[in-house]
Amino acid sequence: FFFFFQVGELVRRKGSVGEKRMAANEEAVKYVWEGAIPLQIHLHKSEVASHPPPPPALVLAPRIGYLPLLVHLIKPYFKDSLPPGEDSIWFDYKGLPLKWYIPTGVLFDLLCAEPERPWNLTIHFRGYPSNVLIPCEGEDSVKWNFVNSLKEAAYIINGNCKNVMNMSQSDQEDLWTSVMNGDLDAYTRLSPKIKMGNIEDEFSRKASVSSPQSRQGGTEIDVAGQVKTARVPVRLYVRSVSKDFENLEDVPEMDTWDEISYLNRPIDFLREEGRKCFTLRDAIESLLPEYIRDRAQRSGEEGEQRTTDASDVSQETRGELKLVRIQGIEMKLEIPFSWVVNNLMNPEFYLHISVLVKEPQR
Amino acid sequence: MDSAGEVVNDGKITLEGFTVAARAFADKWKRHNLSFPPWSWVPLINRTMLKKEEGYLSLEKIIILSSLEGSAEEESLDVTADWSEKEESVDLTVLVQNVEDEAHYYDYHIVYSASYMVPMLYFRGYSSDGKPLSLDVIKRDLPSSSVSLLLESKWTFITQEEHPYLNRPWFKLHPCGTEEWIKLLSESSSSDGCQIPVELYLVSWFSVVGQVVGLKIPREMLI
Repeated sequence: FFFFFQVGELVRRKGSVGEKRMAANEEAVKYVWEGAIPLQIHLHKSEVASHPPPPPALVLAPRIGYLPLLVHLIKPYFKDSLPPGEDSIWFDYKGLPLKWYIPTGVLFDLLCAEPERPWNLTIHFRGYPSNVLIPCEGEDSVKWNFVNSLKEAAYIINGNCKNVMNMSQSDQEDLWTSVMNGDLDAYTRLSPKIKMGNIEDEFSRKASVSSPQSRQGGTEIDVAGQVKTARVPVRLYVRSVSKDFENLEDVPEMDTWDEISYLNRPIDFLREEGRKCFTLRDAIESLLPEYIRDRAQRSGEEGEQRTTDASDVSQETRGELKLVRIQGIEMKLEIPFSWVVNNLMNPEFYLHISVLVKEPQR
Repeated sequence: MDSAGEVVNDGKITLEGFTVAARAFADKWKRHNLSFPPWSWVPLINRTMLKKEEGYLSLEKIIILSSLEGSAEEESLDVTADWSEKEESVDLTVLVQNVEDEAHYYDYHIVYSASYMVPMLYFRGYSSDGKPLSLDVIKRDLPSSSVSLLLESKWTFITQEEHPYLNRPWFKLHPCGTEEWIKLLSESSSSDGCQIPVELYLVSWFSVVGQVVGLKIPREMLI
C-alpha cells in the first residue's frame, strides 16, 4: 500500500508520466541543482591597497546561480585591501568583463573550452565598465533579471505571462530565495504555484504509453495522431573558430563578447505520432541552419572510399558543430530534445546551450 | 499560424512578417516623413550565421536640442544631422547655437522579439562627447505627456537592458502587453474585422510607441 501511496504522491505532484521515469527525472534535476564550479577569485591588482596583497578567495559557485550573489562570500577576503570609496562590483575572465545576468555555469561552459579548475576570475570593486555592462545593484538586479526571464519563458510556453504575474509577492520571493540558496526541495514545492505548462517528455511518454498515469496532467495533452507544436525557451550561445582544432586547449581565447552570437529565441518543437524523435541536433539545427549536416554524410557512407575528392572539400568548407555543452555536459546530439529540456533547464525555465562551431569557409 | 501575408488575430507578428512590415514601414516613412532621416535595415550577418532576411531597423543620430530648464516640447525636435551621407559625422559647431542648450543624440532600433512575437523599441541617448545619457536625463527630453504615461501605464515602461545584438546597454520599451493594444488598435480602425495587413503592422505599432519617445508619424503613413 505504501508503495502505491508514494507513487500516487509523485503522480499527483507532477501530474504526468510513469513512476520509473519520474524518479529518474528527479535525479537528473538534483544533479543539475548540485552542480558547482570551483572559483579562484583574485582582486584586481590596481585595487590592492595592502601589502602583502591578499591571497585569492576560493569559492564554490552554483552552476545555476549568478556571480553577484557570491559577493558576500568573497568580499571578506579583500575588504582590508580595498581602497576607500564605494563599491561597484564586477568580474572579468582574462580581461573579458563578465555578464552578470548569465548563470555562472553557462559562463564557464562558454568561456573555458578546456575546463579550467579552479576557474580563475578577477574581481573589481571600482571602475565599473558601464559602457559594456548593464548596471548591477547586487541581489535586486539579479532577482529582477530572474523574474523577467521567468516571465519571458512563461510567455513562450503558455502564450502569456499571467501565471507569473498572478503569483503572490511572497511566493515570488520564496521562489527566488529557493534559487539563491540552491534549495531544490523548496523550489519543487513552489513550482506548482508557477503553473508553467508542461513540455511533454517524448521519451517518457513513449515508454509509458500504456500506463494510465500518462493520460493525466500538463497543458500539452496531445490527441493521438495529431501534430502538436510547443515552443521551448532556449538561449543559445555560439562561439566560432575559423580553423579546426585537435584539442580544446587549442581553442583561442575570447577577447570580446562580439565573438559570441547570442540567440534568445524559442525552438519550435514539433511532435507527431509516428514521426521520429525530435533530437537535440534537430533543435540546434533549427536555430543554426548553416550547420545542418549534409544528409548523405549523415547516413553513414563508411563503405565509400574517402579520398581528396569533392565530398572532402565540402566537409572542409561546411560549418561544423564541434561541441555542445549544457550544464557542463558534452551532449550527444541524438538525445531526445524533450528529455534535455525537462531535465537540464535552469530554474527560470530556460535551456542554456553553449555551442562551439567551426565556421563555414566563405 | 498564418503565413507572412497577414498578421495573426492576436496582435503578434512572425519573423517573416516583421521583415515585410519593416520594409513597408521604412518606405512609407521615407515618402511621408521628410522632416526625419530614413530608417535603414541592418541585416544580421555575422561570422556564424548568414541570415540576410533577418535584421532590425535603425534610425540614428537624431538630435534633440533641449534647453536645460524643462522637458522639450515636440517642436524643438530639431533634426539637423546630415543624413543624406550617413558616414559623415555631424558638424557640431553649426548646431549648438545657444550656449544654454545641449545637443542630445538619440539612436532608435526596432528589433523583433522572437519570444513575444512583437517588435521592440530600443533606444539610447548620448551627448556630443559620446557619453551616454542617464534615464533621468532622457526623460527630460521626452514629451511631458509621455512621462506621465510611463508613470501610470502598465503597458509602457522603460528598462535598461543589453541590446540583443550589440553587447551594449540600451534602453528598451517593455514589450509585454504590446499584442493587446495592437489588437485594440486594429479592432477600432478596421471595418472588416481584426486583421491589420502586415504592411501596416509596424506603422500602427509605431503610431503608439513612437509617441512615447517623441517621434510622431504623419497621418499619411497610416493609409
